[in-house]
Amino acid sequence: MPAVATINGAHLPVAVKVRGVYKSFGEGQARVPALKGVDLDVLLGEVLLLVGPSGSGKTTLLSVIAGILDTDEGEVDVLGTPVPQLTPDDKTRFRRDNLGFIFQQFNLLPTLTAAENAAVPLIIRGLPRSQAIEKAASTMGELGLEDRIDFLPSKLSGGQQQRVAIARALVGEPRLILCDEPTANLDAETGGKAMELLRRVGKRPDRAMIVVTHDSRIFEFGDRVVRLEDGRIEQVKQNHRRDDP
Amino acid sequence: MSYIALKMLFGDRAKYLMLLCGLSFSVMLTVQQGSIFWGLMRWSHSGITNINAPIWVTDPNINQVEEVKPLADTTLTRVRSVSGVEWAVPLYKGVLRARLADGNYQQISMVGLDAATLLGRPAVTLEGRIEDLRTPDAVAPDQWAVDRLGGPEKIKIGTVFEINDRKARVVAIVETQKGFQNIPFVYTTYDRALGYSPSERRKLSYVLAKPLPGVPPDEVATRITAETGLGAFTAEQFGWKTIVWMLKNTGIGVNFGTTIVLGFIVGMAIAGQTFYLFTIENLKQFGALKAMGTSIGTIARMILLQSFTVGVISYGVGVGLATGFGAITARGGRLPFVETWQLLAVVFVGLVGICSLASAISIRKLARLEPAIVFRG
Repeated sequence: MPAVATINGAHLPVAVKVRGVYKSFGEGQARVPALKGVDLDVLLGEVLLLVGPSGSGKTTLLSVIAGILDTDEGEVDVLGTPVPQLTPDDKTRFRRDNLGFIFQQFNLLPTLTAAENAAVPLIIRGLPRSQAIEKAASTMGELGLEDRIDFLPSKLSGGQQQRVAIARALVGEPRLILCDEPTANLDAETGGKAMELLRRVGKRPDRAMIVVTHDSRIFEFGDRVVRLEDGRIEQVKQNHRRDDP
Repeated sequence: MSYIALKMLFGDRAKYLMLLCGLSFSVMLTVQQGSIFWGLMRWSHSGITNINAPIWVTDPNINQVEEVKPLADTTLTRVRSVSGVEWAVPLYKGVLRARLADGNYQQISMVGLDAATLLGRPAVTLEGRIEDLRTPDAVAPDQWAVDRLGGPEKIKIGTVFEINDRKARVVAIVETQKGFQNIPFVYTTYDRALGYSPSERRKLSYVLAKPLPGVPPDEVATRITAETGLGAFTAEQFGWKTIVWMLKNTGIGVNFGTTIVLGFIVGMAIAGQTFYLFTIENLKQFGALKAMGTSIGTIARMILLQSFTVGVISYGVGVGLATGFGAITARGGRLPFVETWQLLAVVFVGLVGICSLASAISIRKLARLEPAIVFRG
């Protein structure tokens, strides 16, 4: 059962609840703290941007929320599930069934076609290949890639590759999408278009999106912008977008 | 996920072909060298297999079939008197010189068979009748002797040449397996062979014997040894004795063994390393799959599928190339090349082993892989 957060007096359903999270890397003298007591709520239906300089802990926080990194201390509740308490196998299943990912380097498999790449999350879930590719092709159509279905990633532009990565993140209809520097490898115009598309196709009332970025050009695409510095949340800014209800 | 694994493997043509070439070459080298080695070992005791007698009686200190240690003529009757022996016949074996019509000389390995029974004669007669060996001056050269003595135009039924200054007339041409020393065989009767051979006090090379029906050859061989003090071996025992002697006393075992083992190790190590590098180069992709919820069990199955797929294809290509080599170069038994199922099985097991090892190392690496690497640019 998702938790509820009270923001500006309104009780809103929470997709991700982070409380007092600490995370360090290394041992002894070489120990480097990455997160120093982070508290954060990400609401369902929200696009939240995690921003901050390099080394501020953005990617570490994203990895902790994804159940890819364990915390040293604190609570992380994702879609009603206390992720750090899951076994490694359960974390893997949780990611498979609930999360969608968009990576900085896209991480498309170079030997699979665009549609096959987009279908990977469904294939991982055990859906028959033909059905998975059919559904992926349909998602790619929503992203304007219907004529690039059988192309290998090497034959696609950076923007097209990113759209395939977005299709891959959306195809399994996850309730939480985690994006790591999704525009870092794109020029300003293409990056802006990719974010606009992601927001238009991906934003749903029953889904949350967390976007890690230090690209100030895309800050406008978030409903909220959370600034991390030196492992702590320093600032939370609410955006008022025209497409907000 | 099998589909994705195979597309990852086949999709990267350059790496796939590198893997395929490394493994195929290794398999081909091992099968080819192993087959030549075993072919040579077969040749080493072709003196036994061409005769096809169940029991060989000779000097107890004999080392191998070509090392003839002549016996006393009375040996034959002593063997015949041993219980369990159905029959025993004399055999002459010796290297003599044949003189051709053009004055050239050629070494031959003379085999003298018991005239009454012709026991020990070759299984296949290519031309003429082997029974005609009972006629005066008759000899039956094998196909290799025909080649060495001048070819089919010069050596045919009715051709006359000399062996140790005595007349020899071709009445049949027989088929044999080549000998290790590559000296062709010429068959005749035992008494005539003694006439061709230089004078010696003892001339009986071997006594060939057969056990009574229902009595195992090794049991009769043991009885012959116990009752006569002679060396008696079954054909199989004598064959292995010859092979072991060859391995110990020639460089063949070490040379071929080194080539086979090095070829196998180097080829497989390169292939294993290439496969491991293939995995390492796909580390980010596997990391992405892990992040997206692929279990390590599934990734392990993907790696094993990739590894064994390329392994099985390489095995087929390698064995095919080696077999092709054998079929072309060893046609008609001209070169020693015997591809046995045991050799193919050993190579297959070795290949499976190296694929498993390369997979295990790759899987271990991937099991320790933090999927968080995909969040690093």
